[in-house]
Amino acid sequence: MSLRSSSARRLALQTLAVATLGAAAAFVSGGPLDEIPEHLVDTGLYSDIASHAIAKGVLAFEPQYPLWTDGATKRRWIRIPPGTSIDASDPDHLVFPVGTRLWKEFSFGRRVETRFLLLATDGKWKFATYVWSADERRAALAPERGVRAACESAPGVPYDVPGRADCLACHAAGSKSVLGFTALQLSSDRDPLAPHAQPVPADAVDLGEFVRRGLVRNLPERFVQTPPRIVAATPRERAALGYLNANCGMCHSSAGTLAGLGLDLSYSLADSGKAPAIDTTLERPSRFRCASDGDPLRIAPSAPELGVLPRRMASRQPLSQMPPLGTHLCDADALELVTEWIREDLARRVTTNSSDLHRNTSY
Amino acid sequence: MTTKTLPLKIVAASIVLGGVVLIANAAATRAGSAPSAERGKYLVMAMGCNDCHTPWRVGPDGPAPDFSRMLSGHPQDEVMLEPKLHPGQWAGAPTNTAFMGAWGTSYTANLTPDETGLGTWTEDMFVRAIREGRHMGQGRPILPPMPWPMIRNLNDEDLESIFAFLRTIPPIQNRVPQPLPPASAKKDEQS
Repeated sequence: MSLRSSSARRLALQTLAVATLGAAAAFVSGGPLDEIPEHLVDTGLYSDIASHAIAKGVLAFEPQYPLWTDGATKRRWIRIPPGTSIDASDPDHLVFPVGTRLWKEFSFGRRVETRFLLLATDGKWKFATYVWSADERRAALAPERGVRAACESAPGVPYDVPGRADCLACHAAGSKSVLGFTALQLSSDRDPLAPHAQPVPADAVDLGEFVRRGLVRNLPERFVQTPPRIVAATPRERAALGYLNANCGMCHSSAGTLAGLGLDLSYSLADSGKAPAIDTTLERPSRFRCASDGDPLRIAPSAPELGVLPRRMASRQPLSQMPPLGTHLCDADALELVTEWIREDLARRVTTNSSDLHRNTSY
Repeated sequence: MTTKTLPLKIVAASIVLGGVVLIANAAATRAGSAPSAERGKYLVMAMGCNDCHTPWRVGPDGPAPDFSRMLSGHPQDEVMLEPKLHPGQWAGAPTNTAFMGAWGTSYTANLTPDETGLGTWTEDMFVRAIREGRHMGQGRPILPPMPWPMIRNLNDEDLESIFAFLRTIPPIQNRVPQPLPPASAKKDEQS
């Protein structure tokens, strides 16, 4: 599946230019470089799928701010072709070598699906997902339009395996196609307040270790010396900004297809200390309004429950929920975090009229 | 502008939007040609976009699109009352810009290049919205009776031509309301 957005094209070209040398070495067992196999076993993830033994050269990683997917337990892996590396010159936009493969496994008590990203020789990412059999011994490529109600995430709540177009809604929306594998996400300086952060697996590799192994190169020295973290006025604000960046910022950024909305919930290490998620929301009017709404604000510090941002986080009505796909259940923990951040941190910011507080303060 | 309340007309669920039948022919005539606003105008005018995206009014010859508000979508201040609908029925406003059925209430979009319309949209976003049936290409579902499942069969050049034409029409400020969920969903949301 190709990427139409100009940002995706730009990224693909950058990737191709940097990483062509990796192409020759980027074959894995079971299939040539560009092929999306019919079965997960042929993507190279496992040495033995029956026992779920991971193949040599496939590395586990664990982002500190996970994406909410109705409470799914997730595991993630990456395989970088031998002899190649990831270019982290721009820590916000890692450039992957051709042949890079990433997997994300979703479980609700048992394995349900494993999503797969492959950087093909033409520099474009391919997206696929595999649905596991009930006995978890095999997983087959999902239909183009996904699988409705593949299982239940909670009693009576369906879990949908996304279609490939759904993948693109987030993965092709911004300036990067790989969302969970970033310098910030892999930092060893992990956020203890990040909602739903899973314990780091014993075999997981973090940013520093990727650098030490030579698999990530050109990371700015300051992030080699001091693992990246979000600069914020309070621990709660750090967690809120991290959550919004990971769950909303892939679409709502200044560089993505929705840039025209002027709503930027992403966080940039290059611009560390700036918080567009505050600057573009706090007391800013929203374009989203119902007939009875008047002129709502994205974030209303005096009445957090009335702001459009928390209201749409709380909604799971398909016409208003955010994110618009991939979830049937509100992330109650994150909503509480964000609401408290608005009520306590942002309200105080407005009251004291110290709009630059977050830029100059680190707790 | 004062708020007007529109009476409703009940329409049979079997009514097919007339312009849609022209789509296949339109797509076939010039497939592969370079995108152009001229081509887009031809497609927009022939495919019936004005049937729903331009408010209708009753003139001396009966109801017709009001081209002074061309493609500006459902007028922001006109409220659609909830009719009593039997299963399988749906209803439309006399402006032909608002519709209610099992899916809730949908309002046709402002397609003009005003900031309240497609002013912030990109061509890529527009093509994806039609292809995938999602608002802005990646947001909420686009609701009935928008016939995107048929229009999505247009080739890229035709969709890009339509977008190019929509950039040339006069911008009209009209912030169309958000769609409303069906009454049952609204109760769930409030509970």
